[in-house]
Amino acid sequence: MEHYNMNLTLKVWRQKSRNDEGAFETYEVKDISSEMSFLEMFDVLNERLIAEGKDPIAFDHDCREGICGMCSMYINGRPHGPWTANTTCQLHMRAYKDGDTITVEPWRAKAFPVVKDLVVDRTSFDRIVQAGGYISVNTGNAQDANNILIPKDEADLSFANAACIGCGACVAACKNSSAMLFLSAKVSHLALLPQGGPERKSRAINMVAQMDKEGFGACTNTGACEAVCPKEISITNIARLNYEYQRAGYTAETE
Amino acid sequence: MLDAKIPAGGPLDQKWTWYKGHCNLVNPANKRKLEVIVIGTGLAGASAAASLGELGYKVKAFCFQDSPRRAHSIAAQGGINAAKNYQNDGDSVFRLFYDTIKGGDYRAREGNVHRLAEVSGNIIDQCVAQGVPFAREYGGLLSNRSFGGTQVQRTFYAAGQTGQQLLIGAYQSLERQIALGNVKMYSRHEMLEIVMIDGKARGIIARDLVTGKLERHFGHAVLLCSGGYGNVFYLSTNAMGSNVTAAWKAHKRGAYFANPCFTQIHPTCIPVSGDHQSKLTLMSESLRNDGRIWVPKKKDDTRKPADIPEDERDYYLERRYPAFGNLVPRDVASRAAKERCDAGYGVGTSKQAVYLDFAAAIQRYGEIEVGKHGLANVSPEEIIKLGKAVVKEKYGNLFDMYEKITGENPYETPMRIYPAIHYTMGGLWVDYELMTTVPGLYCLGEANFSDHGANRLGASALMQGLADGYFVIPYTIGNYLSKDIATRSIPTDHPAFQQAEKEVADRINQLMNIKGSKTVESFHKRLGKIMWDKCGMARNAKGLQEAITEIQQLKKEFWSDVRIPGAIEEMNPELDKANRVADFLELGELMCIDALNRNESCGGHFREESQTEDGEAKRDDQNFQYVAAWEFKGDHQWEMHKEDLIFEVAKPTQRSYK
Amino acid sequence: MKWSELFTSSIGKKLVMAFTGIFLILFLIVHVGINACIFADVFDPTDNGEIFNRAAHFMAATIVIRIAEVGLFAGIILHIVQGYMLSAQNQSRRGKGYAVAMGNKGSKWYSRSMGLLGTLILMFLILHVSQFWWDSRIAHNLEPAAYDASQHDLFARMIEVFQNPVMVVLYIIACISLAYHLMHGFQSSFRTIGVHNNKYLKMIKGIGYGFAIIVPIIFALMPIACYFGWVAID
Repeated sequence: MEHYNMNLTLKVWRQKSRNDEGAFETYEVKDISSEMSFLEMFDVLNERLIAEGKDPIAFDHDCREGICGMCSMYINGRPHGPWTANTTCQLHMRAYKDGDTITVEPWRAKAFPVVKDLVVDRTSFDRIVQAGGYISVNTGNAQDANNILIPKDEADLSFANAACIGCGACVAACKNSSAMLFLSAKVSHLALLPQGGPERKSRAINMVAQMDKEGFGACTNTGACEAVCPKEISITNIARLNYEYQRAGYTAETE
Repeated sequence: MLDAKIPAGGPLDQKWTWYKGHCNLVNPANKRKLEVIVIGTGLAGASAAASLGELGYKVKAFCFQDSPRRAHSIAAQGGINAAKNYQNDGDSVFRLFYDTIKGGDYRAREGNVHRLAEVSGNIIDQCVAQGVPFAREYGGLLSNRSFGGTQVQRTFYAAGQTGQQLLIGAYQSLERQIALGNVKMYSRHEMLEIVMIDGKARGIIARDLVTGKLERHFGHAVLLCSGGYGNVFYLSTNAMGSNVTAAWKAHKRGAYFANPCFTQIHPTCIPVSGDHQSKLTLMSESLRNDGRIWVPKKKDDTRKPADIPEDERDYYLERRYPAFGNLVPRDVASRAAKERCDAGYGVGTSKQAVYLDFAAAIQRYGEIEVGKHGLANVSPEEIIKLGKAVVKEKYGNLFDMYEKITGENPYETPMRIYPAIHYTMGGLWVDYELMTTVPGLYCLGEANFSDHGANRLGASALMQGLADGYFVIPYTIGNYLSKDIATRSIPTDHPAFQQAEKEVADRINQLMNIKGSKTVESFHKRLGKIMWDKCGMARNAKGLQEAITEIQQLKKEFWSDVRIPGAIEEMNPELDKANRVADFLELGELMCIDALNRNESCGGHFREESQTEDGEAKRDDQNFQYVAAWEFKGDHQWEMHKEDLIFEVAKPTQRSYK
Repeated sequence: MKWSELFTSSIGKKLVMAFTGIFLILFLIVHVGINACIFADVFDPTDNGEIFNRAAHFMAATIVIRIAEVGLFAGIILHIVQGYMLSAQNQSRRGKGYAVAMGNKGSKWYSRSMGLLGTLILMFLILHVSQFWWDSRIAHNLEPAAYDASQHDLFARMIEVFQNPVMVVLYIIACISLAYHLMHGFQSSFRTIGVHNNKYLKMIKGIGYGFAIIVPIIFALMPIACYFGWVAID
C-alpha cells in the first residue's frame, strides 16, 4: 500500500462539561500519515494542543482494536466514520485525502448526555442490562456444560447477537435515538439459548420498560442502526424483540 | 522466606478439597455486614464481584472505563482451556496442571496451578449456564480446538472473541447483582491509594475521573483485579488505559511484587508503522497453525515477497526447530524473529517484521477441496480460489482486521508480523488464598503472579481470571473475613483515610504544579523505548544496568518537566495518564532490577548470558528456582524475598522444541 | 404486564401503528378493488360505470360494511394521532442535533419521512373524503334498499371531479406519497408485529414493494382515465 501524507481541516465539537453550551472549533493538522489510525491523528493534534498550552480534546477510547466499544465519534455524518463494520479506532487515515475537512461530533441522544467534548455518558446501557439482560444463575449452580444440547445454528445465531460491543453507534445513527438494536441483540442472545428460557418473558418486558425510562426513542425500522453497527448486528433482531415482547405481553399472567 | 500457606492436608491433588473442607465460613447474617472493595471489572474482577455479591457480601466495584463491560479481558481472542476431556483424547486435570507448569518453565507454584486445573471444568459449566455462546458441533455439543503447543484439544472458544463472550457473561452476572443491590458500581473511577488501618487494608482512595474529586471508600477487604502492566513498554497489545497503578499503590503500602521481569512477548502482532503508533494489534496465535513464517535469505532484500523465489526464502522456524516448526511456543518464536531482524533480514519499510505466508495453506486447502468435491480439470487459479474460501472461513475476521490496519490484502501478499508485549506473568505476590503480603488485600487474575510462571500458555489467562474470581476467592476470603465479623464499618473520617487522601491530593497537586515543557505521552514513549530495547525480548547485565540509570534519570525529568494541561477537578485524561505513567516509571526500574537479578533464561525472560551454544534459553534451577518477591523500601530501594519453588509432582526438565 | 402498558410502551405504540397500518392496507385492497370497476368501461363502453356503481351501492347499503366503516375511521384516526405523537416523541429524543446530517448513509429517505408522507396523505384524505365520501354517504344519504342508478351516480361524480386537471395532479401526488408510505410501512408493520424469520421477511419485503407500487398506480390511473376520457358516460 502506497502511503502518503496529508493536511486536513478538523471541525471538532468542544464542550467543557455536561452543562456547558459547547461549540465547534476548527483545527488544521499537517503531515498526517495515511498509515495512522484516526485516533492517532487525534493523539498528534492533542500533543500539539498541549504544547500550545491549550486543552486537549477529550474522547473515549481504550482497546483500539475494535472490541471494547469505548470509542464513539460521529465523523462526517456517520458514527464510527465512513467504513462499514468498523469502529472509530480501526478507521485509518487512508480513508481521507489531502485537503479534506472532517467534522467530528459526539454521539447525540438525550439518553447519552455529553460529559466533555466527544465523551458521552452511556451508563443507560448498563441500566438496561440491569433490568434483565442476564441469566439468573449463581456461581456454582451450573450443571455440566454438555448436559443441554444446543443446535449449532442456534448457538451461532445467539453468538452473532452476543457480538454486540455496546458502543451506542445504533443510537447515534437512529433518527429516533432508539436503543432497539442494542436491546434486541441482548434479548436475542439470551432468548435463543435454552438457558435463557425461564426468564424470557420478564426479560423482554423489563428491559423495554427500562429503555423507555432512559429516554430512548421508538424504532421505526429505518435500518440506519444496522448500517453503522461495527459488529453487523442484524435489524431482524428488532423484529425478534418485538415478537418476544408481544409473546410476553399477551401471555404473562402477572400484571 | 515467604510462606505460601499451601494446605498441609493430603497430596497435591487433595489440597484444594481439603482446604475447602477446613476453611472458616461466614454465616449469611454476618456476610451482609461485611464490605468488600473490588478494583477492576475484567474477568477476575467482574466474576469476583458478582460471586461475592451472590454470597451476600456488600460489594463495591470500581473501573476506570465508562462501563464494567469494557475491561481489556474483552480483547482476548483465542479461547479458554479446561480439562473436560470431552474429546476423549487423554486430557485430565493432571495433564492441564502439568502442561501449565512445564509451559511456565517451572517457575509457577504447584499448589495454585493444580487448583487452577481442578476448577477449570467448573468455569465452562458456569459460563454455559450464564449464556456464553461457545462454539458448538452440529450435534449440539461444545467444540474444542488445540492451542499453543499442547497435544490435546482442550480449548473452548467463541469464534475469535472468546474474551468478549466470557466477559459479557461475568458482566451480566455483575449487573444482576447491581440490580439486586448487592454490588454498587463505580465506573470512571480510578483507585489511587490503599488505606491501611492497624496493618490491614481497610479501604481505598479513588478519584472520580469525571469530576476529578477524591473519594474515600471503606472495605473489610480489598481485591485488586486490575490486570497486567504491559503498558510499561508503551507499545503493547494492552488497552490504552491498562495500567499498574492500583497494584503499584498496594506495592508501596507493603504488598510484595513478584517476578516483575516475567513478561510475555507474542510473536504474531502487526508491526509498528511509524512514530505515531499508539498501540499494537495481535493476530491470533491460531494463524501459526496454517501460516509459514519466513524472511529473505539475502540481507536487505527489497523485492516484493511474490518476486522472491522459493529457494531464496528462509523458513527459519522450520529450519531451526524441525520438530515443532512454526508451532514453537510464543517465547521461542518471538526471539527467533528478533534474531533474524537484528541480523538484517527483516522485511517492510521498518525492517522490523517477518512474513507470515498463507500461500501454501491456500494451495493445500484448495487441493483438499478439489478432492472432497471430486472435481476434475481444475485450473490452478480455481484451486487457489477454493483454498482462499477455506482460509476465509477459518480466519476471515483476522484477515479483515489486518487489511483495515495495513491496507494490504493478506490473501494476496504475506502478512508482515513482529513480536509485541502481550501479557505479564509477574504481579503482586499472593499466597494460596490469593492474599498479598498485606492482610486483607487480595490480588486476582493477571495482576497477581501465581499461575503462569515465566511463560503463559495460550488460552490460560481467561481460565485463571475466572478461576480466581468464581471459584477461589469466594472460599478464601471467608477464611479471612470470618475473623473480622466483629469489626464494624470504619467511618471514612478516620485519620487513616484523611491521611491517605491528603497524600493523594498532595501528589496530584505536585504533578499539576510542575508545569514543565514535555507531555506525559513523550515520557511514556521514552520509558517504553528503554524497556523494549533493554528489558525486552533479550536482556543482558550491561543493558539492564544502563536501563536502571536511564529510568531513574527519566523519572527525575518527569517530576521536574512534565506538562499537564487543565485542572484537577474536572475530566482530565492527561492527568489520569500522568498518574499512571508516574507509576510505570517506578515499576520499570524494578523490572530491570529483577531481570538483572535473575541471571538465567526461563520462559519469556531471556538473559543473553544464559544460553546454550546454539542460542537457546538455558534455565538455572540450581540458583533460581524461586519466586523473587520485592518489598518496597523507599525511593529506588527494594529488598528481595524468596519463595522457593518446590516441585513434588512435576519434576523440572529442560524444554526442547528441536 | 397490564394491557395498557403493553400498548403504551415504545414497542406498544409501534404495535398500534402496525396493527392499524395493516388494517388500512387491507382497506386499500378493498378500495382499489371496487374502484377498479370503473375500468370496465374501457372494455365495454356501454357499462358507463354501472358495475362500479353497483359495487359502491353494495358497500354503502350493507350494514356490516357500514359498521366496519366506523372501525375504519377509528383506525385512520388512531393511526394519524398515534403517528403524530410518536413522531413528536421520537424527535424529542435527540436533544441537540448533528451539524452534519447522516442523510441517506444507511437508510432510505422515505423510511425517515413517514410523518411527512403521512401528512401529505392526510391532507389528501380530507379533500378526498369531502369530495366523495361526504357526498355519497352523508349528503345523499343512500337508503339501503335496491340499487337505483339515478339515486346517486358515484361514477358520474368521479368523471366530474377529474375533469379538473388540478385535481388530477393532486391525486397523483397523493398516490406517489402513498406509494412511498407503503414502501416502508408495509414491511415495517410486519417487522413490528414480530415477524422475524428472514425467509418470511424477504417475502414480505417483496410483496410490500409490489403492493406499494401496484396499488397506487391503479389508484392514480383512475383520475387519469377520467381526465383523458378512457372511461366516460356515453
